[in-house]
Amino acid sequence: MREPRPRPRTALDKLWDTHEILRHPGGPSLLYVSRVLVHDGSFHAFDMLRDAGLAVRRPAQIFGTADHYVSTVPGRIAGETAETRRVLDLFARNMRDNAIVHFAAGTPGQGIVHVVGPEQGITLPGTLLVCGDSHTSTHGGLGAFAFGIGQSELAHVLATQTIWQHRPRRMRIAIEGRLGRFVSAKDVILAIIARIGTSGAMGFMIEYAGSAVRALSVEERLTLCNMSIEAAARAGMVAADDKVFDYLHGRPHAPSGAAWDHAVAIWRGLGTDPGAVFDREVTLDAEAIAPMVSWGTTPEQTLPIDARVPSPAAESDPARRAQIEASLAYMGLTPGRPLAEIGIDVVFIGSCTNGRIEDLRAAAQVLRGRRTTVRTLVVPGSGQVREQARAEGLDRIFQAAGAEWREAGCSMCVAMNGDIVAPGQRCASTSNRNFAGRQGIGARTHLMSPAMAAAAAVAGCLTDVRRLEAVDP
Amino acid sequence: MTPFTALTSVAAPLRLANLDTDQIIPARFLRHPRNPGYGGFLFHDLRFDGDGQERGDFVLNRPPFRQARILVAGSNFGGGSSREGAVFALADFGIRCVIAPSFGQIFYKNCVGNGVLPARLAEDAIDGLLAATEAETGTGGARPLCVDLEAQQITAPQTGAAASFEIEPFFREMLLRGLNEIGMTQAHHAEIEAFEAAYLHRFPHIGGPG
Repeated sequence: MREPRPRPRTALDKLWDTHEILRHPGGPSLLYVSRVLVHDGSFHAFDMLRDAGLAVRRPAQIFGTADHYVSTVPGRIAGETAETRRVLDLFARNMRDNAIVHFAAGTPGQGIVHVVGPEQGITLPGTLLVCGDSHTSTHGGLGAFAFGIGQSELAHVLATQTIWQHRPRRMRIAIEGRLGRFVSAKDVILAIIARIGTSGAMGFMIEYAGSAVRALSVEERLTLCNMSIEAAARAGMVAADDKVFDYLHGRPHAPSGAAWDHAVAIWRGLGTDPGAVFDREVTLDAEAIAPMVSWGTTPEQTLPIDARVPSPAAESDPARRAQIEASLAYMGLTPGRPLAEIGIDVVFIGSCTNGRIEDLRAAAQVLRGRRTTVRTLVVPGSGQVREQARAEGLDRIFQAAGAEWREAGCSMCVAMNGDIVAPGQRCASTSNRNFAGRQGIGARTHLMSPAMAAAAAVAGCLTDVRRLEAVDP
Repeated sequence: MTPFTALTSVAAPLRLANLDTDQIIPARFLRHPRNPGYGGFLFHDLRFDGDGQERGDFVLNRPPFRQARILVAGSNFGGGSSREGAVFALADFGIRCVIAPSFGQIFYKNCVGNGVLPARLAEDAIDGLLAATEAETGTGGARPLCVDLEAQQITAPQTGAAASFEIEPFFREMLLRGLNEIGMTQAHHAEIEAFEAAYLHRFPHIGGPG
């Protein structure tokens, strides 16, 4: 008699089953955590641990880097305050006292936690990775089950190397076809969020699939997964393939030698089985996606660059209409105005969404031989990205264009280190959140790709990079 | 942590959808260690103007709601950043229960971890409860709501309006017993040890040196 065929499983099912220690009768499962990333904002968790008299259980599986509070002013010292210094000293002490690997400011390994994890080979396919930061979904781009947690949860993870989780529902978002010229992973994820909404993936983990996703580079997949949280998803991931294995091979904390071969053999079996069932399926046509810009104060308030500012009058749902009105008031925009003529005051190129070398190359391609007309910050995602950009001469392109070339950190995405947008100013930003006040009190954020932000820096207004690129610099 | 059993308080309505944690506490306040000052950061840029003066039209600045221990919010409340400072600020201000149709997932767990009850209730049920509290508005007061976690019910005592809210049994137990997650995990130490040994044997590349 033949064995019954096992039920086809999604990639999430496989990761869940591999890490589930037990299931509580009250709902959640206790999951084993493979990797933990901590950053300078994680001090509350260490305080909680100390107050509870508990120790870090598995320091060898925890890695730390300073990103939120570090100054990105060249040389760093000039941008520090007594307050940021205090937070950074506390972080260094927590790393040292708990024997945690620390990528300190001033070393090339330092950078934004979601840039450092992949580039150091800390993030691996098939792992369960957590970090006290909502953009931890980024690491799903390498085929990890990765999600952000709070500080109390982080204290629990540090003490037990486990986490309580309710099993998310499964959503597959397939992008089929070929992306157009100057249409990037950032435009894809903005188009997805515009389609399914800010709460569209609440309670779900998203698996991104389809021919356009398979064609993305590893760094583009990290960008795609990064903003899963902006649709309220628990996590996002792309099944690991040879591109991911090639990307990881030889990285400092990735396995090597026989351990590498052993790991790859496991990783090859981690994808979603044919016939596995998802709770929700969404499909987008890659060819229909244009360069996108956000116009409002939630990432779902995003439109193609050739659209106009929407009118609340066209919205029949009163709650949504009220939100559009509030967003327009905050953003200082009037309905019907073409997006591609909205003037800007500052440009930010960087963040865990778009601070990798491919992002800087995309921006440099647009800025080469051109001049910025507004203040433009280019902030690499890590010291390694910065070194690579210098080796390729990108730093000289940015500086020749009049942009500021900064040290690595979160910078103007979260505006905690002194890099802020002034009240009422409008920022073309490659970051992930256009929330009211996110980049500074009264700051107005328009989210877009690095190429689009670079084009805005040249034009001084939101503009279609495809139109700019049609004219020689 | 103080166990949560029942709570009676006026309920401050702040029913905007997608109020993210950046609105609940702006990032510039997060550098502070946890202390009672966090209550002053709550909804800071909505509550105060550029000169630090209270905005009279913000609900928590209005008399019956200044002492509110219940906040009634819109859908996707607390989405966005994982910052637990958002819950430190709510708790230190005195809010012990947030009623909303849906919550950001990380925020939801942060609430439970700090003894704040996140009560999920459909929009129309919230409408019904708030209508029942409104009778005295304008006469300087608002009628209270009673939240009973054991019964998973919220009532407006003076009219008898009632609604059952949703909460996962695990989180309900944590709140009722005043436990954090570390407390819930203590009983499973042996299972973790055994699982970890098998996991690190199966995936030797995860454990690292030592």
